[in-house]
Amino acid sequence: MPEILERHTIMHSPLHASGPIHAPEDVERGRLHTEEMVLNIGPQHPSTHGVLRLEVVLDGEVVVDVIPHLGYLHRCFEKHTEHMTYPQVIPYVDRMDYIAAMSGEHGYVTAVERMMNIEVPEKVEYIRVLFAELQRIASHMIAIGTFGMDSGAFTPFLYCFRDRETILEMFEKTCGARFLYNYMWVGGLSHDLHPEVLPMCREFLKTSRATHKEINDLLTFNHIFRQRTAGIGVLDAEVAVNGGASGPMLRSCGVKWDIRKNDPYSIYDRFDFEVAVGSNTLATLGDAFNRHWVRMQEWEQSLNIIEQILEQYPRDDTTDVQSAIPKRLRPPEGEIYSRTETPRGELGYYIVSKGDVKPWRVKVRSPAFSNLSLLPIISRGYLIADLIVSLGSIDIVLGEVDR
Amino acid sequence: MSHSEIIEKLRTAFGDKLGAWRESNSENAYQRRMGSYLEIAEPSAIRDLAFFLRDEPTLAFDSLLLISSLDNGDGSLSVIYHLESTKHAHQLILKATLPAEVPSVPSVTSIWLHANWQEREAWDMMGIRFEGHPDHRRILLDDDYPGHPLRKDFKEPDFYHGMKVPY
Repeated sequence: MPEILERHTIMHSPLHASGPIHAPEDVERGRLHTEEMVLNIGPQHPSTHGVLRLEVVLDGEVVVDVIPHLGYLHRCFEKHTEHMTYPQVIPYVDRMDYIAAMSGEHGYVTAVERMMNIEVPEKVEYIRVLFAELQRIASHMIAIGTFGMDSGAFTPFLYCFRDRETILEMFEKTCGARFLYNYMWVGGLSHDLHPEVLPMCREFLKTSRATHKEINDLLTFNHIFRQRTAGIGVLDAEVAVNGGASGPMLRSCGVKWDIRKNDPYSIYDRFDFEVAVGSNTLATLGDAFNRHWVRMQEWEQSLNIIEQILEQYPRDDTTDVQSAIPKRLRPPEGEIYSRTETPRGELGYYIVSKGDVKPWRVKVRSPAFSNLSLLPIISRGYLIADLIVSLGSIDIVLGEVDR
Repeated sequence: MSHSEIIEKLRTAFGDKLGAWRESNSENAYQRRMGSYLEIAEPSAIRDLAFFLRDEPTLAFDSLLLISSLDNGDGSLSVIYHLESTKHAHQLILKATLPAEVPSVPSVTSIWLHANWQEREAWDMMGIRFEGHPDHRRILLDDDYPGHPLRKDFKEPDFYHGMKVPY
């Protein structure tokens, strides 16, 4: 689709740091410039996916610069953690990335377990990976559905929410919560897997594969959708690595980088799955379409992992899921940077322990925060309508951006 | 490259600008890899060091994972740089310790774009200045917020904009 790709050209260097407003001649040379206008989008605006304010500098309809203003949902999570014991932090972790709370918990408990060198029972690991992958699908369903809405398609959103309900039901049956679970504990889990979950999973595999195909037909290979998203918000692979992008945002640029493969944690080394990357035959590498395409592929890969878990799951294992939970949770003095792959990217915890029951410092590397910091780079020089598509394709969760 | 090879290479290039290598003595192999750090004796050398780390082909630290800030509780602050090379799949953690009265280090935003918001966050939360940062503003808190909340001696104000805290 060359006419789409050539429609807008960015003339400035993509490596320029976001900061002072650029002179309009930097954006598109040889064009008749109108007076610049500053437009505020948000904080209460449906397409900002939460409370985010974008200060957009416009030249006609062309975006000259975007300055994101964050902090509307800031609760200073990192200060809270310094006043709580290690297990008390877990409910707060849920409230960071509230769309994928299980994945956030998995990252946190992995970090503390590594500090205390706890061996977790095999059965617990299987349940954790099963739930983390179900959560990845649930989170991608929201991302895909809302991205469809941002680009003008309403129906896929409803289909995604209908299927996501099954996943939430499995979580609810097991731990009683639909959204914010406090399910994964350091060394174990709060509840054993509900006996109905595995049969539900088997059923879900069938329905979800059908839905996956349906969304592909309705949205991904829809001509209007592709016209709307291909070639929009192009991010170069080198800039993505340099700028701290991770998750689908990084992989859409063609960089094969997934913490589950590159720095395996839990029992991910036992499963056979592909790392999804963007395609340069369907659209430009690193554009909004490819970010969506990577999520669609990851949905399928997560289903493959779940299928393997169903085969390998130790059904006769009667281990108590709380058997490895330490009575006194007091990591030895030291520090760690531990990371996991959440639906949004690399979630890292930098934890400093001084040998106390409370952490001395917890710092979060939030993937949504880092990905959002590249928004000015991917939206300069495009039209304001494309800015909404670019923002939707990043898939931010403001709870995690602001912490 | 293993940690010891990286350190040796850095020592030949930077000598006594680098401090001690703090090896983690954890039983966990992951923590030994991701919990050991290199101290930087001269924080003003960070910019040169960062250029070297990124552009030296055998090191190629092309990705800055995170900039953390830390209040050591003894009147000093630390800035921690977590680096990774996606080409060679090795990691390095650098730690610079600064006095809490005038905490200032050179910005590395021109080397790793990711440092832009990370440094703004460290300034916002811990009050560390990054010299040469292109956009040195607070990021999460209000522009007029008093103090830097992640410092251990931070006391929340009784009133903020005429509202009682805690309300």
